[in-house]
Amino acid sequence: MRYLYFPGCTLSTKAKGFAASGEASARALGIDLVELSQWNCCGATFPLATDNLLALVAPTRILLNAQKEGNHLVALCSICYHVLKRTNRLLREETDKREKLNLFIEEEYRGEVRVFHLLELLREEIGFEELSERVQKRLQGLRVAPYYGCLLLRPFQEIGLDDPEEPRILDDLLASLGCEVVEFSHKTECCGSYLAMNSSEVTRELSYAILHSALASGAQAVVTSCPLCHFNLDYRQGEMAAHYPGFTQIPVLYFTQLLGLALGIESETFGLADHHVDPRPLLASKGLK
Amino acid sequence: MRVRLSIRETRGEFVKRVEEISGQEILACNQCGKCSAGCPAAMAMDLLPSQVLRLVQLGLEEALTSETIWLCASCLTCLSRCPKGVDLPRIMEALRQLVLRKEGDRLELSALPADFLSEAPQLAIIAGSRKYLS
Repeated sequence: MRYLYFPGCTLSTKAKGFAASGEASARALGIDLVELSQWNCCGATFPLATDNLLALVAPTRILLNAQKEGNHLVALCSICYHVLKRTNRLLREETDKREKLNLFIEEEYRGEVRVFHLLELLREEIGFEELSERVQKRLQGLRVAPYYGCLLLRPFQEIGLDDPEEPRILDDLLASLGCEVVEFSHKTECCGSYLAMNSSEVTRELSYAILHSALASGAQAVVTSCPLCHFNLDYRQGEMAAHYPGFTQIPVLYFTQLLGLALGIESETFGLADHHVDPRPLLASKGLK
Repeated sequence: MRVRLSIRETRGEFVKRVEEISGQEILACNQCGKCSAGCPAAMAMDLLPSQVLRLVQLGLEEALTSETIWLCASCLTCLSRCPKGVDLPRIMEALRQLVLRKEGDRLELSALPADFLSEAPQLAIIAGSRKYLS
């Protein structure tokens, strides 16, 4: 199956391992992710001010480019997915805004492309039972906390990927790889997101609460699909260790890194050495590398 | 604090602007407080999210000087739990925009530590710029 793919800015630079592990895993499962021949940044925020149409131009162009090459668009980054999916709905349903945007970009796009997250393709096109059978190396004994964050799930009325309070998709994926999935209280709490730019202490508190909850549930690693969550949870652990006595550092992984390892793919390009909290000792202790 | 309320303020220009930018009906909120109960950043805020909205309902522009509007991470937890369907993140955005459009930037990118900037993912910098720069 061939799917058009939008990597986005962060997966092309700071989260190359997320992109490489996602692309390789998809390929191994028969999903060929073909990068859009032309793309720009999605804007990393869906504009919440109703009069800010200009911020919709960037994601509209991405969707329009996708339509020229096909009828599906896949994202790996939760934020890109969120922005593209909401913009697409708006272009489909809000006629007056669509007309203005189409006039501005001097092209016609009406929200026809279907936007997917890779998790959605894995659930719907492959199926987690089937995926479980394709696993080469079961991630036995690896206790993971599936962390969904915010924008992958909310607002449910527009995203519709999974239950916004009790999501399962990442739990089910990780279970199908053989992981032991822990229940923890903070799986849909916010990591602080862009507050990282203006309120580093608040971001540290919010991210700490998530890691603390995962650790208290016995997790050995936290798993995410968002590069901003990844940064907030991973980068500040040194600070957290200095601030909260007794805090144990815990690796934060992208779901695609574990998927790739479970599928038996060579992990050299997965960026495992680029994390602030090195996940390799934990993975090696489970016979994975 | 004594506050004088009048229809001129509660249906005044400020409230109209917030409603226009947010697309939300300010009086739809019945102050149940569920947004504040679930807000992950409430511990750092000077006013609870529902209190900021109450100020707007009363037409009081003090809402614009609360730190709360800059600590909302648009995580949409309040929206997903509001029994009245009020999109509070949009109201917070409207309040931020009213300040940014009048007073300009809230963030100096060049003042951020070099180590942070070299490590931060692109989407943090772009999202932060969208939220804190005018």
